[in-house]
Amino acid sequence: MVRDMGRSSYPSRDSLLGRLSVGFEKVANAWGSVVIQGINTLGDISLFAWRMLLWMFSARPRSETLMPNFYSVGVLSLPVVALTGTFIGMVLAIQSYHQFKTMGLESKLGAVITMSLVRELGPVLAATMLAGRVGSAMAAVIGTMRVTEQIDALVAMGANPIHYLVVPRFLACVLLIPALTIMADFMGIVGGYFFSVIVFGIDHAQYLKNSRDFVGGFDFFTGIFKSVFFGAIIAIVSCYRGFHCQAGAEGVGRAATAAFVQSFVMILAVDIVLNMFLDGIYFTFWPTSGSKLL
Amino acid sequence: MAFTLPSGPPVARNFCEYDFSKPVFRGSVVVTTVISQSDQSSAPIIETQGLCIRFGRQVVLNEINLSIPRGQTVAIIGESGCGKTMLLKSLVGLLPASQGTVRFDGCDLQSLSERELTKLRRRFGFVFQNAALFDSMSIEQNIAFPLSQHGVPSGSKAQDLIEQRLLEVGLPTNVLVKRPSQLSGGMRKRVGLARALILQPELLLYDEPTTGLDPIMSDVINELILRTQRRYSVTSIVVTHDMHSARKIADRVIMLYPYSRLLPGESQVLYDGPPENLDESKDRRVRQFVRGEAGERLMELLSTTGSSSHVDETPHLHDTIARREAE
Repeated sequence: MVRDMGRSSYPSRDSLLGRLSVGFEKVANAWGSVVIQGINTLGDISLFAWRMLLWMFSARPRSETLMPNFYSVGVLSLPVVALTGTFIGMVLAIQSYHQFKTMGLESKLGAVITMSLVRELGPVLAATMLAGRVGSAMAAVIGTMRVTEQIDALVAMGANPIHYLVVPRFLACVLLIPALTIMADFMGIVGGYFFSVIVFGIDHAQYLKNSRDFVGGFDFFTGIFKSVFFGAIIAIVSCYRGFHCQAGAEGVGRAATAAFVQSFVMILAVDIVLNMFLDGIYFTFWPTSGSKLL
Repeated sequence: MAFTLPSGPPVARNFCEYDFSKPVFRGSVVVTTVISQSDQSSAPIIETQGLCIRFGRQVVLNEINLSIPRGQTVAIIGESGCGKTMLLKSLVGLLPASQGTVRFDGCDLQSLSERELTKLRRRFGFVFQNAALFDSMSIEQNIAFPLSQHGVPSGSKAQDLIEQRLLEVGLPTNVLVKRPSQLSGGMRKRVGLARALILQPELLLYDEPTTGLDPIMSDVINELILRTQRRYSVTSIVVTHDMHSARKIADRVIMLYPYSRLLPGESQVLYDGPPENLDESKDRRVRQFVRGEAGERLMELLSTTGSSSHVDETPHLHDTIARREAE
């Protein structure tokens, strides 16, 4: 009797309201599990990063583990970062020239291209290329080591895998990404200059003067400062994905893909936060200075 | 094939008295604290109490109580998925226990910090199923890896030790410059054994050392396990499916059964005794495993094939089951 009364107070599952209620419940459950899983992963990555930092400051990594990673991150990534920077500088010049010409501001193109590259595109592009070239490889290598029990072998032989595998990769990314960013900036500026001055015929002296006048040391610092965080994100996310790789070739492939996608999304998210933070600092110290371009 | 093992005293260390600040390697041998014979005979080198391993709701190992004295060679047998490798990994702290304790030389592994556990592991040697050699290193670097991890300087003495271990496992020194991918499965396993032996461990764990090898190479590996045990008086735990290996190398056999197939209240350890008594075990499942008989699995197969289209296989299964029941 009581059970019947309880049932009658709810709409039947076959009714429209009942079906809507069931559908809503399913959607809510699915989103809830996505949110919980996301928070769990974020917590896991934070703990992973914390353990890595503890090992980094408590035991010095060996040179035989550092050097191959420095070579892979710094030397082997240089050509692709330089090439991408050059093309982006050229594309910026092509995209901006006609719009600036309409307003009669084509001589300011140097400032726009240099500012865009130094503050934003240089660090983000260098980080993206690094995430694609090095981050995926890190996840795949560590994932394969996980699947083939090589990480267990490290542990069994008294080596800590975080100290042995993650710390050198983290140091390589964090210490060398500023150099890669500088290279991306430089090649982008060269590419932009080439198209603006040689192809579009903007006055060489005006182009350089505007670039020099409108882009300051803080802009350059902003790009380099952000790149350090991007390097840290690439190393931590990629190594974490490798360590939590599922079994089999498919698992390794998924880990490599997830390493790139998650690194990239986190780089963009952190970029927003860092830009707000750095703008806050800038306007605290130089409250009267607005955009110098206007 | 002739194997030459160097002479040397059996060694053992008491972890609780161990000074981690000192290197383990002096000269050409690993120097250790030798504990008295009475201690060796009385205290087990490794024991588990109420060991449980769970992954979420899935129980892999439940209430495993084992005590393994020094110098014993134990074979852990059981069908695939019963938790043999999980047990082996939990014994050296590669897999943390969900419940219960694992004690090595009287010290609870779970009470140790990550650093202490890392240092304790120099007393273990682990031979992995597929050798788990590092792809990015040469064979020489693979064998030398434990030495470099534990602060042993590389030099002519370390080089001698590496070559000596390689010869012990019956491999020529010209493989030292090769990469793991250039070796056969049997050679990789022998390199894995040489790497495990390099620090002269007190406890050697083998995860399916003969799986995937031809009968000749399997026997070579069995012989190596026996010789290592005799020469160094090392305690060995061998996970295997190979009953020929288990009978040949083991002083004691432990048979595990999948937890999900047990009746309520049954122990997961179906057999714990000498290999000679395996055939006379009172438990039908032990006898079936030892003889390589499918047993209840045939009934399961029948129930699945009976309802499917593979009707031509069913009469044969009926005959087999009837014959087994008659026996």
